[in-house]
Amino acid sequence: MLFYLTLILSCQLAGELLVAASGLPVPGPVLGMALLFAGLVIRGGIPEGLAEVGDALLSHLSLLFVPAGVGVIVHFSLIGTDALPISVALVASTLLTIAVTAAAMVFLTRLGGGRDDD
Amino acid sequence: MTTSFRDIWVYLAASPLLALTLTLMAYQLGAFLYRRAGMNPLLNPVLIAVLILVAILILTGTSYESYFEGAQFVHFLLGPATVALAIPLYRQLHQLRRSGGAIFVSLILGSLTAAASAIGIAFALGGDRLTLVSIAPKSVTAPVAMGISEQLGGLPSLTAVLVILTGILGAALGPPLLNLLRIKDMRARGLAIGTASHGIGTARALQVSEVAGAFAGLAMGLNALATALLLPILWKLVFAG
Repeated sequence: MLFYLTLILSCQLAGELLVAASGLPVPGPVLGMALLFAGLVIRGGIPEGLAEVGDALLSHLSLLFVPAGVGVIVHFSLIGTDALPISVALVASTLLTIAVTAAAMVFLTRLGGGRDDD
Repeated sequence: MTTSFRDIWVYLAASPLLALTLTLMAYQLGAFLYRRAGMNPLLNPVLIAVLILVAILILTGTSYESYFEGAQFVHFLLGPATVALAIPLYRQLHQLRRSGGAIFVSLILGSLTAAASAIGIAFALGGDRLTLVSIAPKSVTAPVAMGISEQLGGLPSLTAVLVILTGILGAALGPPLLNLLRIKDMRARGLAIGTASHGIGTARALQVSEVAGAFAGLAMGLNALATALLLPILWKLVFAG
């Protein structure tokens, strides 16, 4: 358990260091995720202990956004003045993204003759 | 009596324990209501918890900074949790290998549509520059979206709330929209909902079909990577001068 928690933190630390050293415009933890993913591909499987720690972290993933979400309290005035652009952009962009992604995927799998399972 | 209550509150508010406990309690109340309502996407537990905590802070006159001193212990875990997203992503590796090309192209298109249309619409309606940066990564899973927003000079906490709202919108409106478009392929449905509305959409897709859920989870992980890499470039192109 402790070993795999250390491994996860080390990946994050390595990601943060890489970002700081290279100036890449990517969040450190995302690079950490890429490093861990690469490690899993090389190893060819997920160690049981890592799956346990990872799933424990991810099982309450949405709890982790709460402290940041409460931060809206600081931005009420900006949200108030930009209520229209924010709400229209959220609804329209979400619908458009779903339509574009699904249509592209249907078109491309048909093009490639991919099997339709499920 | 009121003065002594006030004294106790001031004493407790000064320690991280109260903020931490309140955060966990508010979230669990939210999760309870969400389950009781049959996992209705509109009763998202994060949204409920945020509303409860905002109300408490306003009613007690507590500043966000002093709340965050306790809540930061929860907030810290976002980093390791982001790294751990590699695990579910790896579990979908066989899907990636089988229809990798179609997934890759659809995902890039979806990722660019999500960011460009959000920025474009908000800009056209006169949104502040801070609003534009903060809304751009709205379709990406919250920990990554907040990182991107911060890196581009946005407001991570505003991004967090916009991400959650996007997730709720995608989970609620995605399935009816896909029915309207007559898209029945579960791979396409899952990929679309995961790309547009990350984990909240993925949870919804999983309720419908395992294939849709797997593709949604895959899309969530890949979109986090794609947006983290592409958005800063897109942003520089648009707002360079």
